[in-house]
Amino acid sequence: MSELSPLFEVFLRGRRGLDHIHVGSLHAQDAGQALEYARDTYIRRSEGVSIWVVESKDIHASQESDVASFYDPMDDKPYRHATHYTLPDGVDNM
Amino acid sequence: MGDKKLDDQIAEYALRLGDDALVFGQRLCEWCADAPTLEEDIAISNVGLDYLGRARMALQYAGKTLGRTEDELAFLRDSGEFRNLLLVELPRGDFAFSMVRQYLLDEFELLFFTQLCGSKDDTLGAIAAKTVKEVRYHQRRSANWMQRLGLGTQESQARTQAAIDQLWGYMPELFEMDELETSLLQAGIAVDRLELHSKWLNTVTAQLASANLQIPQIDWQVVGGRKGVHTEHLGHMLGEMQFLQRAYPGLQW
Repeated sequence: MSELSPLFEVFLRGRRGLDHIHVGSLHAQDAGQALEYARDTYIRRSEGVSIWVVESKDIHASQESDVASFYDPMDDKPYRHATHYTLPDGVDNM
Repeated sequence: MGDKKLDDQIAEYALRLGDDALVFGQRLCEWCADAPTLEEDIAISNVGLDYLGRARMALQYAGKTLGRTEDELAFLRDSGEFRNLLLVELPRGDFAFSMVRQYLLDEFELLFFTQLCGSKDDTLGAIAAKTVKEVRYHQRRSANWMQRLGLGTQESQARTQAAIDQLWGYMPELFEMDELETSLLQAGIAVDRLELHSKWLNTVTAQLASANLQIPQIDWQVVGGRKGVHTEHLGHMLGEMQFLQRAYPGLQW
């Protein structure tokens, strides 16, 4: 079945979490079965209270070839981080 | 309280429910590491562990009156002392067989444990309340599998129909009321199994029909589990399940 079944990515929201976090992937015949398998595979120990499943093919990811233009330009711009700036004397906590 | 005869009856009733769950849980866990896919492997074992949890609750409760621990009841009784339904002790068969058995049982248990929630015995009622939630999920899973298998390929449909035909004669035992259960029913403690039959049959017939599967017309049925008269399969299963405690009595881990 696995060879024929599409791959789904699984996201969980924990009891105190605001966002769904990616936890893994699994094979299933459709979204309904993917939700059930996700339930059995990823929340057996109460890890979550909400599940999203998304077919892996529907996720568009950045590519290795994009590294130079996507990420490298950030490396030499420390002024984009708050830690780059010296805080005025009056500010104790930031 | 203090009604010895009633306590004994309740213990026997709990023993029946506990044995059903224990034996079926063991059969389901036989799929562990052997299911068609990794996902199904985890899912089916998960269901098996739900049954194990249920078995523990029921056997602990029965054991209080019987003066035996849950482990003694599970591992030190021979097949003639087990009180489970014959249905649950049958070998797991192929995947279709296991799923058909699961589905037929799930629909029954949904009705049965919903009723048992209202038992005048608080412990049985509490076990039922916990169990109903689990069964609702089991039924959702197995009903989906009936659709997938029945409407899947020619082979999956044929295997699923064959499983229904093989299992149908084990269904009457689910609805059998003997002296013990009738007496407990009158005390407001047990469930009226007979009363569940028509609703179960309607649900199952409709669900299976929508999956291109039919209820067979058969003229055989087998019963006996409640009296300790079992198929030859139970002894073999116990041989594996009880091996450690038999070979190394009192072993702990």
